[in-house]
Amino acid sequence: MINWKVILSISKTHLLSRIKQSSIAALGVTFGIGTFIILVSFMTGLNGLLDGLILNRTPHVHIYNEIKPSERQPLDLYDKWENSFKLVHSVKPKLTQAKIHNALPLIQELRKNPDVKGAIPQLKSQIFYISGSIELGGNLVGIDVLEEVRLFNFGDYVVKGSPEALNNYENGILIGSGVAEKMSLDIGNTVQISTVRGDLFPLKIVGIYQSGLADIDNIQSFASLKTVQKILGEPKNYFTDINVKLFDIEKAVPMARNIENQFNLTAVDIKTANAQFETGTSIRNLITYAVSITLLIVAGFGIYNILNMMIYEKMNDIAILKATGFSGKDVQYIFISQAILIGLFGGILGLVVGYSISSVIDTLPFETEALPTIKTYPVNYSVWYYVIGISFAMISTFLAGYLPSRKARKIDPVEIIRGQ
Amino acid sequence: MGNNTILEARNINKYFREPVLFHVLKDINFSIKHGEFVSIMGKSGCGKSTLLYILSTMDTDYEGELFLNGELVSGKHHEELAKIRNSNIGFVFQFHYLLSEFTVLENVMLPAKKLGLKSFEEIEYDAMEKLKLLDIQEQANKLASRISGGQKQRVAIARALINDPAIIMGDEPTGNLDSHNAQNVMNIFKNLSVERNLSLLVVTHDHDFAEKTDRIIEMGDGTIISQ
Repeated sequence: MINWKVILSISKTHLLSRIKQSSIAALGVTFGIGTFIILVSFMTGLNGLLDGLILNRTPHVHIYNEIKPSERQPLDLYDKWENSFKLVHSVKPKLTQAKIHNALPLIQELRKNPDVKGAIPQLKSQIFYISGSIELGGNLVGIDVLEEVRLFNFGDYVVKGSPEALNNYENGILIGSGVAEKMSLDIGNTVQISTVRGDLFPLKIVGIYQSGLADIDNIQSFASLKTVQKILGEPKNYFTDINVKLFDIEKAVPMARNIENQFNLTAVDIKTANAQFETGTSIRNLITYAVSITLLIVAGFGIYNILNMMIYEKMNDIAILKATGFSGKDVQYIFISQAILIGLFGGILGLVVGYSISSVIDTLPFETEALPTIKTYPVNYSVWYYVIGISFAMISTFLAGYLPSRKARKIDPVEIIRGQ
Repeated sequence: MGNNTILEARNINKYFREPVLFHVLKDINFSIKHGEFVSIMGKSGCGKSTLLYILSTMDTDYEGELFLNGELVSGKHHEELAKIRNSNIGFVFQFHYLLSEFTVLENVMLPAKKLGLKSFEEIEYDAMEKLKLLDIQEQANKLASRISGGQKQRVAIARALINDPAIIMGDEPTGNLDSHNAQNVMNIFKNLSVERNLSLLVVTHDHDFAEKTDRIIEMGDGTIISQ
């Protein structure tokens, strides 16, 4: 039976009677935990931002028809030369339609899959923007704008106007910011575009789109699916791409395999398309944790040192406690609880300091062309990092207190009393 | 061994192994009756303090049997011995041995808090009673490091009394005090013995002190010469 009230009151008195030492030990922990919180909030905020830049608007599975040469050439069908060495010069890609065959039933099928958050069609087409006698090459993508907003945060990248306006205007266009700048266009203006076949269409600008990647903003514009189908003179079931978003990104790879095999289409999963992002994220996390753990180990050594010295100073106290009936365990708990109290107070203060500095960072202006929606430095306030931080503090101070406290438990009171 | 016996030692032998093997206590046999005031005398190095530490259960490295209140305590685990010390034995040392960062009152209360049988208020009341008994109640809220040596020793006695132990042991309790304070402590012990019928066992150099006790155990070279 351990009487925690007595033990805690003794450790409290010990800590308060050398408040300077205790505070310095606790400040070591505060520094470690505070730095950890700041680092990890800022780093993961940045990670989320960078991931969002590409990953959020990249479909988890992208389905399209790829132009490529046939793998089986006519020569292969002639069995007389089956086992011969064959050489075919000037292989040409197979003539296929750009559209996805039976796209609507395929989309219905995908939407039934419980893993799929959404599957939406796109229609990509090559166009020219006409400004007087100048023709600028570009892409016009037909989209289901509400679904794009829902699944791929499309609304974040419309810097002027609103994405919903595409549905309200018959011939509306969300024009790339680069194009708009080159051609001195703004919302409400009309832009002439020309298809590859030479047909001219006037479209009304209902918004400006800025992705942050200049290469895209200089060529890309968006219109509703219906508008693009009309411009191209194609029927309503004409789509060139299907973008799939899943609930769990990990399922993208097998899903892409399945679609390729089942429907004879090209399906690219996000992992293959953006492998470098995961690497960057995990390395940044690794650095964050390595730095924080180093800081905590340093703080731990500080606590170890202070407790060790304290136990030497308190030899007499330990002997008295033992002589008057406190067991070795009680004495050990007295010192361990001091370490844990230091860790708890230092850790909580560290969380507060970390949170305050993170919120200051959160208000610092951070404006860049590349990230239209970002106005301040990104900070991630996930409660998990605070849980990890306080656990780190408790564990490291416990370890720092454990070794000295074991020594205190083993002290023989007779030796101390005799030694006087 | 009747119910009347508080403490009994049977064939206690003790060796020091460092730096060379040395037979400190040789076949010690004696007992203390309830309410007896016993002193142990002897020259420095005769092993009287060593014997006291064994009797106090703090030193467990010995051969032989030790009975406290008729119960064999030899061979028990450290944790159990700590409990026995807490409830049955009160200690007074040569050096005052108070926890210097705690107040006088807290020092007296600590063993009772550890025992945990009474509420905080009861313990506080008891502690004040003990301090009054020793006439130092006005120092109760001072830090233990802020009172004089004689006062400290009286606080230590109050602390020894707090759990109403079966026996009080003293290791030269007057050895570090001037004659006035030594006389004072002696009178306190005598009163406790006479008025409260407490058992006391005190190791001392002081002949005047020993003479006032009920019985003197004289030791020499690790054996009991007379008792």
